[in-house]
Amino acid sequence: MGSTNSTLSKIPNVEELMQETGFTPAHIVRLYDRFEALDKEKTGHLRPQDFGAINRLAMNPIGDRIIGAFFSPGQETVDFHSFVRTLAHFRPVDKKRPKDPSMPEPVNSRTSKLKFAFQLYDQDKDGKISRAELLQVLRSMLEMQVTEEQLESIADRTIQEADLDKDDAISFEEFRKVPPARALRLTYQHGAFAAQGTQNTKTCKVHAHRK
Amino acid sequence: MSSLLSSPVLSSLPFSLLSSPLSFLAPVLSSLLSSLLSSPLSFPLSCPLLSPFLSPVLSSLLSSLLSSLLSLPLFSSHTSSPVLSSCPSSLFHFSQRFTTVVPESCMLILLGLVLGGIVLLTSKKQLYQLEPGLFFLFLLPTIVGDAGYFMPARLFFDNLGAILLSDVSLCSDQKVQAGLMEFLLFGALISAVDPVAVLAVFEEVHVNETLFIIVFGESLLNDAVTVVLYKVYMSFVEVGPENVQTADYFKGVASFLIVSIGGTMVGLIFAALLAFITRFTKKVRIIEPLLVFLMVYLAYLTAELFSLSAILSMTFCGIGCNKYVEANISQKSRTTVKYTMKTLASIAETIIFIFLGISAVDKSKWAWDTGLISCTLIFIFVFRALGVVMQTWVLNWFRLVPLDKIDQVVMSYGGLRGAVAFALVVLLDAERVPAKDYFVATTIIVVFFTVMFQGLTIKPLVNWLKVPRATNRKPTINEEIHERAFDHCLTAVEDIAGLNGYHHWRDKWEQFDKNYLSKLLLRKSVYRKSELWEVYQKINIRDAISVIDQGGNVLTSARLSLPSMASRASFPEVTNVTNYLRENGSGVCLDLQVIDNVPGAKVEEESETHHFLAGNLYKPRRRVRPCQHCHTDRQRQDREIFQRNMKSRMETFKTTRHKRHSHKKDRSDVKEQDLNDKPRRNVSWQDKDPVVVPVESEDEKGEHLEPEKEEDVGITFVARKVPDTPKERPKSVPAGLEVCQSPSVAPPSPTCSERNLPWKGGIGTLPVCVSMEATKIIPIDLQQAWNQSISSLESLASPPGPVEPLHPLLSSSPLLSSPLLSSPLLSSPLLSSPLLSSPLLSSPLLSSPLLSSPLLSSPLLSSPLLSSPPDPQEKRERKHLSCLTASLI
Repeated sequence: MGSTNSTLSKIPNVEELMQETGFTPAHIVRLYDRFEALDKEKTGHLRPQDFGAINRLAMNPIGDRIIGAFFSPGQETVDFHSFVRTLAHFRPVDKKRPKDPSMPEPVNSRTSKLKFAFQLYDQDKDGKISRAELLQVLRSMLEMQVTEEQLESIADRTIQEADLDKDDAISFEEFRKVPPARALRLTYQHGAFAAQGTQNTKTCKVHAHRK
Repeated sequence: MSSLLSSPVLSSLPFSLLSSPLSFLAPVLSSLLSSLLSSPLSFPLSCPLLSPFLSPVLSSLLSSLLSSLLSLPLFSSHTSSPVLSSCPSSLFHFSQRFTTVVPESCMLILLGLVLGGIVLLTSKKQLYQLEPGLFFLFLLPTIVGDAGYFMPARLFFDNLGAILLSDVSLCSDQKVQAGLMEFLLFGALISAVDPVAVLAVFEEVHVNETLFIIVFGESLLNDAVTVVLYKVYMSFVEVGPENVQTADYFKGVASFLIVSIGGTMVGLIFAALLAFITRFTKKVRIIEPLLVFLMVYLAYLTAELFSLSAILSMTFCGIGCNKYVEANISQKSRTTVKYTMKTLASIAETIIFIFLGISAVDKSKWAWDTGLISCTLIFIFVFRALGVVMQTWVLNWFRLVPLDKIDQVVMSYGGLRGAVAFALVVLLDAERVPAKDYFVATTIIVVFFTVMFQGLTIKPLVNWLKVPRATNRKPTINEEIHERAFDHCLTAVEDIAGLNGYHHWRDKWEQFDKNYLSKLLLRKSVYRKSELWEVYQKINIRDAISVIDQGGNVLTSARLSLPSMASRASFPEVTNVTNYLRENGSGVCLDLQVIDNVPGAKVEEESETHHFLAGNLYKPRRRVRPCQHCHTDRQRQDREIFQRNMKSRMETFKTTRHKRHSHKKDRSDVKEQDLNDKPRRNVSWQDKDPVVVPVESEDEKGEHLEPEKEEDVGITFVARKVPDTPKERPKSVPAGLEVCQSPSVAPPSPTCSERNLPWKGGIGTLPVCVSMEATKIIPIDLQQAWNQSISSLESLASPPGPVEPLHPLLSSSPLLSSPLLSSPLLSSPLLSSPLLSSPLLSSPLLSSPLLSSPLLSSPLLSSPLLSSPPDPQEKRERKHLSCLTASLI
């Protein structure tokens, strides 16, 4: 525990960060260690190359998009706080948190999870997944498996299925609603699965402490 | 049973398989088949008890059972066929409401009770009882195989942890309740949650997926674990409790592990083997279902042979091979496997339940002990609840979507005991287990209680607790895509956070699967296909089917009306043909398969025939389409896309369409063709208004005709006329490019012509005709979808033959022997015209019903033929003709 505290003390504004993201101190420490490990040059900031150095991430078809999601537009680097904030999207939705309308939507709410996923598609940040954007994602995910023709049919079908206002693009609202019940559940589930990362952090940490 | 298994036939089974070279698949299969077939056959012989049992009961019961099953809501909720009235099951069928309230297993037990009562009354003695051999060799495998094969693998593995845990904990719970060896045994078997009972109930209740898969998976594995435990305890009991030392308990545990892991391994090996074999069955589709059954059953037998857990082996064989086998075998085989398995499982299940009913009636078989029974009931309930709570508590520590209280309640309440527990207890050896009668009684009561009481009340309970129900939605392509994206996303996040979590391993497994397993086990053609694409096709097929099924109803197919599509410009130029099409402004016929087809001689003949007929039989009515121009690019694209989607669905459509088509045919009139219309339309049946759509003569506009037409209502028989003179033909149609088909010849594929649209662009003046008389009215959107599907279907329906020059055909044409010859037509001057001498006459059309119909031979029809008149005149005539035709029909 001593190490936890000492690590925590190294992080500025850690209280605020925990408050904001809902991570426990153990989480934060775990993530901080990881951050340090990624930050090879010890600048306190991560650059895209640092993420790129993660081998398995390089194999991930949408890895670059996810890396991109860590960087706010125009920024070249990401510091620990934003790093944690981004990862906080993947925390499980906490059901117990009282609904407080005055509070801003917690970052791990279902909506923000979906928003995050949406932004992975929406690379030009115009609030819409255009056909071209969808195609890009599909192409990277399916690579050689299908012909371009097929890709396009899939993309068309997808948009057509989701597109409620007939603008040939999927807006966030449509993204949320299209698969009315099940997909939401799916995303929810997966959003929750995403939390497994952090949850594992927790359990890892617990194990570490037990040792 | 052990003696059975060691019999030469059975033991040689696995080896005969292994030793046979795979390359000679057919011999292997036949030997496999024969050996397998002989084994069950030899079985009753070696077991004289069984054969007398099998023949009377099975023959009498199976028929009634099957029909009772059929009458159950599971299969069809609306039928109450007269056939059923003769069997007892119809008793349960008197009320629709009844079947919805009472679960299937309840009814089966009741049926068993009645039957047992009858048997008892007549013979005063229990004639039939469950035999171990029957149960383990035939009944159990079918149930388990069904469950294993259709287990949704992904969900299963997602929840594997939960399932395993609940399994073991629940089983051990039951052990606590008694110290005695026999009670251990009893505890083991009574703790088996019956998958079928659970399935039936949960399916009916529509609980959400997570809950369903946990309980289902649990009960499935529970089956396996129970049987394993049962055998272990059985051996303990056989040895005698006093001889069992502490070491033996550990041995028991160890053997439990070995047995289950070994069984799993055997199952997986067979799964791989099966998947591998199905790679090569392309030419022998018929054996595919057989292979699946045999190999799964073989997995069972092999495991049994080595005294490993046969159930686990079978389950995992099913789970493991499912993905690859499903991809390898044909659609038909898939269906066969599915329904055969389900049927077998239902039959087995039913038989067990009926035995349960029968033995419940026979008092000599069981001894009542109120204390034991009530204790068991309470313990079962309490321990189940306790186990669930404990294990969910542990699970929730790891799970992302924690199982909440309601889930736990349903899980514990859903612990229905069923056939397996009963079968196991009945199979106890009365000499070794003196308390057998008590156990039987208790088990029967427990099964009755759980199935009847809990089964009946779980539905209200679920309603009352407001358990989130499964949304009965069809998957959408969006979900599929997003799901994948999320998977990748989560894997990436795990990587970034430096964790080796669930997704990390999942990803690794998928890589491995993709790189090695799939390559090895999947056909090349399948391997290259993307799953997403498959899903996409499935969805399309489903939509199309639903559209067709709905027939004339006002559609729910809003989706198919294809709202909007992205700009066409972004379509890549795939082939030259497509380019050509595009240059011609045709957005219509981008169906690649169509384009790639080289129209063959036969097609050509047909087209000629068609033109011939078209020129003479059709009565057109012209009308300028007002909305020619309101069709935007978008719509064209919609169609384009749709058509491409439809490529794959042809199969599915054919049948449905057939039906519809003939239906339509009755109503539609024969139409005449207008001479100066557009060229590209040969023949097509369409649901549309009797509106004639003359096409603008400009090529480009004409190309769009097809899609646009589809918005009309009614049926259209559109014909395209072939150039009358031989001179023209070579020019316009380079040797046999003409593709055309008469509707009457090949109903499923009437619009072959459409493929040619692009090529034909330049041909020029050919008419499009639509009859006024067509009365079929179909809502526009539906129609559109319908037409789209049809057209793409059609384009696929007739395989192209080689291209042949037109005229050589003539000499060999069966023209002279054709029925047409005897018709008045032949005496017309036309006979000598180039038209007649064209190969068209040799087409199958000639022998088609249409030609032999009175219509053709009527003077009416021959009149326009004879005249081959100039436009105005023809029009008049046509009008006249149409009236006549109408009156004729």
